[in-house]
Amino acid sequence: MIEVDQLTKRYGSLTAIDAVTFRVEAGEVLAFLGPNGAGKTTTMRILAGALPATSGHARVAGYDIDESPLEVKQRIGYLPETLPLYPEMTVTEYLRYVARIKGVGRRGLRPAIDQAVERCALGQVRGRLIGNLSRGYRQRVGLAQALIHDPPVLILDEPTGGLDPKQIIEIRELIKTLAGAHTVILSTHILPEATAICQRVIIIHQGRVMAVDTPERLATQLRGSAQVRVALRRPTAALQAAIAEVPGVLAVSPAAPEGAAHDGEPVVWLIDCGRDSDVREAVARLIVGADGGLVELSATAMSLEEVFLQLTTDAPDRAARADGGSPDGHAGHPTEHAPAQPSQPSPQPLPQSSKDAG
Amino acid sequence: MSKLLAIFSREWRSLIVSPIAAVCVAMFLLVTGYLFYTIVIAASVQTRMMLRMQQMAPQLNINEMILTPSLRNFSVILLLIVPILTMRSIAEEKKQKTSELLLTSPVTVTQIILGKYFAVLALYGVMLGLTLYMPLLLARFGTIAWWPVLSGYLGLFLVGAVFLAVGLLASALTENQMIAAITSFSLLIVMWLLGWAGAATADSQVGPLLMSLSILEHLNNFLAGLIDTKDVVYLLGVIAVSLFLAHRVVESQRWR
Repeated sequence: MIEVDQLTKRYGSLTAIDAVTFRVEAGEVLAFLGPNGAGKTTTMRILAGALPATSGHARVAGYDIDESPLEVKQRIGYLPETLPLYPEMTVTEYLRYVARIKGVGRRGLRPAIDQAVERCALGQVRGRLIGNLSRGYRQRVGLAQALIHDPPVLILDEPTGGLDPKQIIEIRELIKTLAGAHTVILSTHILPEATAICQRVIIIHQGRVMAVDTPERLATQLRGSAQVRVALRRPTAALQAAIAEVPGVLAVSPAAPEGAAHDGEPVVWLIDCGRDSDVREAVARLIVGADGGLVELSATAMSLEEVFLQLTTDAPDRAARADGGSPDGHAGHPTEHAPAQPSQPSPQPLPQSSKDAG
Repeated sequence: MSKLLAIFSREWRSLIVSPIAAVCVAMFLLVTGYLFYTIVIAASVQTRMMLRMQQMAPQLNINEMILTPSLRNFSVILLLIVPILTMRSIAEEKKQKTSELLLTSPVTVTQIILGKYFAVLALYGVMLGLTLYMPLLLARFGTIAWWPVLSGYLGLFLVGAVFLAVGLLASALTENQMIAAITSFSLLIVMWLLGWAGAATADSQVGPLLMSLSILEHLNNFLAGLIDTKDVVYLLGVIAVSLFLAHRVVESQRWR
């Protein structure tokens, strides 16, 4: 449905997006994930026809965005980052206007408006001036505007921005119902949102595509090693050494500095092990056998947050490598990069990465 | 066509609900009304003097004494009002980012420009139409020649249409309404002053050229009841050039 090939946009010497390449199949929901200024909005604006690319091509529903822009625009519903609303119009007037410039026929106007109002739960505010609406309602009017001509492709720039948690859930449900009949590209910086509603995620950073995959696969791919967290009351050096001897265990390290764990608080150890080996049973038997006072044992999985932070915080190094390879190779990088992790004293990626990010 | 109409009617609606347009029209009617009043008073004083001096009555002509000078004065008032009418047209869309909606909709830039232009032109038509009470009032008390009045109004409409096109161009250049107003005001003043410069250098070869470039010089024939093709072509040409430039500006701003 959407094919983006080597799309590049430069503003003078600043490269906003650099050789962005991806495909979206019909009926798919895809999320753009990335820190502010990563190039999400730029990419979406180019696809929507608000901005021309410096180089590269993109096709939407089989039409090239440069060669037949009107055909493309006819098939896209676009929700920009800043809502394009006229405060002096009522919701119905505004939707009627948008429907007309999107080419909805005179007879189709009323059903189109009614459907958009219903889908975005705007019934209560139909006759009110947009200027008097709350932020949440405005966001929904913006969404209704994108849906009004029932376009096959929807490009939504932060569709849940400015909404309260209940509204966010409603909008997510709405987007889920759109999947299948519509192809949706949305951008977000709320990671659980991407996990909740999208089949695939594109992580974009400093204008480059860092990874394209399903949220689950991204998480497993990046995790070069699995990690087991144990908490025990009576740790001994001998026990630590014994655990390190278990087949599959790569390293055992205390989570907190030495000596921080007197007065009865359990000590936490992090056990790194190979991705394919499950050492939990063996470790549990060892600790119980040595009367280590086991109180907790759990496998830690990497969340999308961690994937995201790991991909975006060591970007300079990654970007340097990406220069040589083709953009399609980007998705493979996480796997090569991750095994370096266990050799570091504190392999838990989240605190380390967030420190770097700050 | 229906898209152009949609843009036109939205623009028209936002014009008539905006206090700016209401104030502009009100001020225009107030100032033109005052000018008309002073001209009528001056004319009646002059008439009485002429009658007392027992001069020939046929020289007293309502068209020449009142209507022609009134309409000529109106054109100068327009110079001040039009930049305010057009300043928000495109600048505000850019400021409020509603231009994003227009640029991502299946409409052409031509439809956007023409829709907006016709809306502001319609408002101007209404504003100018409201001053028709002046000749109607005079017609109740004397005989007036209607054809020169109508051709004068046509001329004034065309001159105003030129001002509006220039104002629209200025509005396309910026997203700040004040800058748009000042730019179009300056452009219009220059066009007006070209006539003065032309009059000052009338004996040289540049003089007539400057005169024919000045917008207001083209009004004279219309006011005299003469619809000359070269005036019509010139005014329509300036409108076309201004709108074309506005089109190019909007189109090129996408590239930045």
